[in-house]
Amino acid sequence: MSKIENISRRDVLRAGVGGGVFVLATSLTGCGDPKTEIAGPAALRSTSLEPLNLFVSISEEGTVQILCHRAEMGQHARTGMARVIADELDADWDRIVVVQSEGDAKYGDQNTDGSTTIRADFMRLRRIGASARSMLERAAAETWGVPASECKAVLHEVLHEASGRRLGYGELAAAASVFDPPAYEGDDIEAASAGSYRLKLPGEWRYIGKATPTVDLDDITVGKAIYGQDVSLPDMKIAVIARAPVLYGKVVSFDASAAREVDGVRHVLEMPIGDRQGGFNPLGGIAIVADNTWAAIQGRNALTIEWEDGDNSDYDSAQYKAMLEASVRTPQRPVRSKGDVETAFASAANTVTADYYVPHIAHAQMEPPAALARFEDGKVEVWTSTQNPQQARLDLADILDIDYADVRVNNALLGGAFGRKSKPDFVYEAALLSRELSMPIKVVWTREDDIHHDYLHSVSAQRVEGALDEDGNLTAWRHRVTFPSIGSTFNPAAEDGSDGELGLGFVDNPFAVPNMRLENGKAKGKIRIGWLRSVNNIQHAFAVQSFASELAAAAGRDPKDYLLELIGPDRIVDLSQEGLQVEYGNYSQSYEDYPIDTERLKNVINLAADGIGWRSDLAAGRGMGIAGHRSFLSYVATAVEVRVSDNGDLEIPNVWVACDCGIAVNPESVRAQMEGASVFALSNILSSAITVSNGRVDQSNFHDYQMLRMNDAPKQVNVTLVESKAPPGGAGEPGTPPFAPALTNAIFAATGKRIRELPIGDQLRA
Amino acid sequence: MAELTINGEKHTIDDDATIPLLWYLRDILGMTGTKFGCGVAQCGACTVHLDGVAVRSCVTPAVAADGRAVTTIEGLSEEGDHPVQMAWKEHQVPQCGYCQSGQMMQAAALLSTNSNPSDEDIDNTMQGNICRCGTYPRIRAAIKSAARSSR
Repeated sequence: MSKIENISRRDVLRAGVGGGVFVLATSLTGCGDPKTEIAGPAALRSTSLEPLNLFVSISEEGTVQILCHRAEMGQHARTGMARVIADELDADWDRIVVVQSEGDAKYGDQNTDGSTTIRADFMRLRRIGASARSMLERAAAETWGVPASECKAVLHEVLHEASGRRLGYGELAAAASVFDPPAYEGDDIEAASAGSYRLKLPGEWRYIGKATPTVDLDDITVGKAIYGQDVSLPDMKIAVIARAPVLYGKVVSFDASAAREVDGVRHVLEMPIGDRQGGFNPLGGIAIVADNTWAAIQGRNALTIEWEDGDNSDYDSAQYKAMLEASVRTPQRPVRSKGDVETAFASAANTVTADYYVPHIAHAQMEPPAALARFEDGKVEVWTSTQNPQQARLDLADILDIDYADVRVNNALLGGAFGRKSKPDFVYEAALLSRELSMPIKVVWTREDDIHHDYLHSVSAQRVEGALDEDGNLTAWRHRVTFPSIGSTFNPAAEDGSDGELGLGFVDNPFAVPNMRLENGKAKGKIRIGWLRSVNNIQHAFAVQSFASELAAAAGRDPKDYLLELIGPDRIVDLSQEGLQVEYGNYSQSYEDYPIDTERLKNVINLAADGIGWRSDLAAGRGMGIAGHRSFLSYVATAVEVRVSDNGDLEIPNVWVACDCGIAVNPESVRAQMEGASVFALSNILSSAITVSNGRVDQSNFHDYQMLRMNDAPKQVNVTLVESKAPPGGAGEPGTPPFAPALTNAIFAATGKRIRELPIGDQLRA
Repeated sequence: MAELTINGEKHTIDDDATIPLLWYLRDILGMTGTKFGCGVAQCGACTVHLDGVAVRSCVTPAVAADGRAVTTIEGLSEEGDHPVQMAWKEHQVPQCGYCQSGQMMQAAALLSTNSNPSDEDIDNTMQGNICRCGTYPRIRAAIKSAARSSR
């Protein structure tokens, strides 16, 4: 059996499901009426699974198969979403197998991005599980000739209490699968509607809110987990591509004679990308196609290519930094204006000004991008690791000029992603080469490719100014940010920050200050900019939460107390009264369901402070810092304790994170995300920076793009998770933004030195 | 011909082959548990054992294993129950999991020569293995658990 079959069939086979039977499946996309359609992954169509709906199928032996339509990249989406469905289904968790879906619009949104998996799908997943449960109850009722209301599903069986009869889910699956899925009206968590089906009350939850190991844990520990780099077909070749060193540079000429001499090299060709450029389009260049990856890499090393660099060769990140910093010194486009900032500054007893700079950051997920494609008879099938298999499928149909129905995108596990793999340029490279050469092609990116050709986290400069009265209270806040927009990757003319980017911790500033003015300057994109874990929240939280601490110092106050006062009284922030001049997206959720709640924000700050044993009177060389930030609809505060030696060595003896993400489906995974996000943030700010000279990225691998290693990592990251009944917020990203300012605030407390430019690098040695 | 013993099975390869052990394992033998992360011995994702010693397979020529025993994550234990594997499960270490084959092989090599590693020992031995998901605190805790259960 090939490895590819293993991707989708592995779990099922392990569970001993076999045989053959018909399939009836149901779409429960969105909130509308369920539609009946034939569905299910091709690999499963010949098994004995009885689909109750698009996501739930049950074998006659009682194995429940749950489809995961979101990508698994370490956030434990496969476990979390299956737990929600299994809970409402009242299935035995030990009899669940999770199968990864292909990319298809019938599943609804699959873009695994923006910390969406649970927060966007929670109610829908519950309905999917509850709907299937009601079908099993109805099947039992009809079998026994009793009213459905007397039949109750309990842990993989349906019981008829009056007669003591019981039937297992496997015994009921075939009968249940012929029913139309019942309708359900309303999303109210407390709702229990008669005649259709009801959702469990939170008190009835069996799995939601209880920690569990993940479904992929065993496979990972024995090396059987399959990632995009691992997929293979028996007759495939490996391609490694030499891409232009400057964005959108072109091949003028190339000499492949030495490359063709390399043992194992089969083809050398220019990438057939046509005129496509920008967005998710592939970059072009020269492809080496070989029997194995090593031969392809050796072949590439032997290439001689003359490039035409094009318009982006003037990109110099040092000059660009100076331009960004100049921009925030002068007035820019207002995006939020409340009160009268000018008058407040004119009458201030004291003013504080600080400039902040955050460089480009690369995703540097451990698995470099890879994709295998087989183009045959006008159809294409790919196996890869992408955060957005549906986008990949849409784009493949467009790029290859074939029907959407003739494209299949299978998704393996993602060896990390952090936003990089929601841009499927590497998938299109494989498909184009497969079509050109009429053979299955796996495109492998090396680490150098990954660092040189990432969609970088946007570089930014910020200036924040505060006006204080005689008592040290803040009377006015002015904050400017200038950065190249993600929009520039798709439209070179885009020079303003988008409403979406400005809504990530900038215009949604929760501080209770009577006068506030927020401005955004213009910047032209000169390199591919993309979203990276928590996106613009990284730089916005760094500036806002650092400056809160700077104001506290100016006012001679405890930074934690001062931060709480800046946030002000407990309230739902009424954004209509805050002077916003851009559309606030609120992470695509309604503000009514997910408002900015200052009580929750202050609560996590207090919990983090309590956890670490907050003190602002530690001896010189020791200090604590704190920051609290709402992002992706969750509230996270981070408190950090540091020791800084006389020669600038930094130690982090304690980190305490408090998180209120609403309902936490798998608390253990949320804790893991808070730990990981803290380490991820520390890695970014200690020494990671992408710089660019003459349009070329200066770094190439982990020797010069440095990642945090064990010896510099905190020995422990403590997490307080708030027990909440609020609807779920994100978990993957919100742990990142508060870490950097908490750390630099701690460094200030320990040393009096204020870190305003990232990475920290050698600044503590100076 | 060079003769390699990989997880107890013998394989032969031309003496003059330049292919690194990583790509021999992954592309020639189809053993994908050993991962490609950097290609230049900077990240540790490709870590395997050569006669029980942890090496970076991406910079180790396959022929260098001539006459020697190679152990990969697939061969670390028969049943996936090496103390390191058990501890990784107990502490639920993996997030994406991509680096964890290398982390576990490095940790197993550490414990084979040091039954009670200190934090400093762990720092010194594990700093060649990068985890971008940030599982370092759990890796540290799991190594200590594995050490306890091995003793």
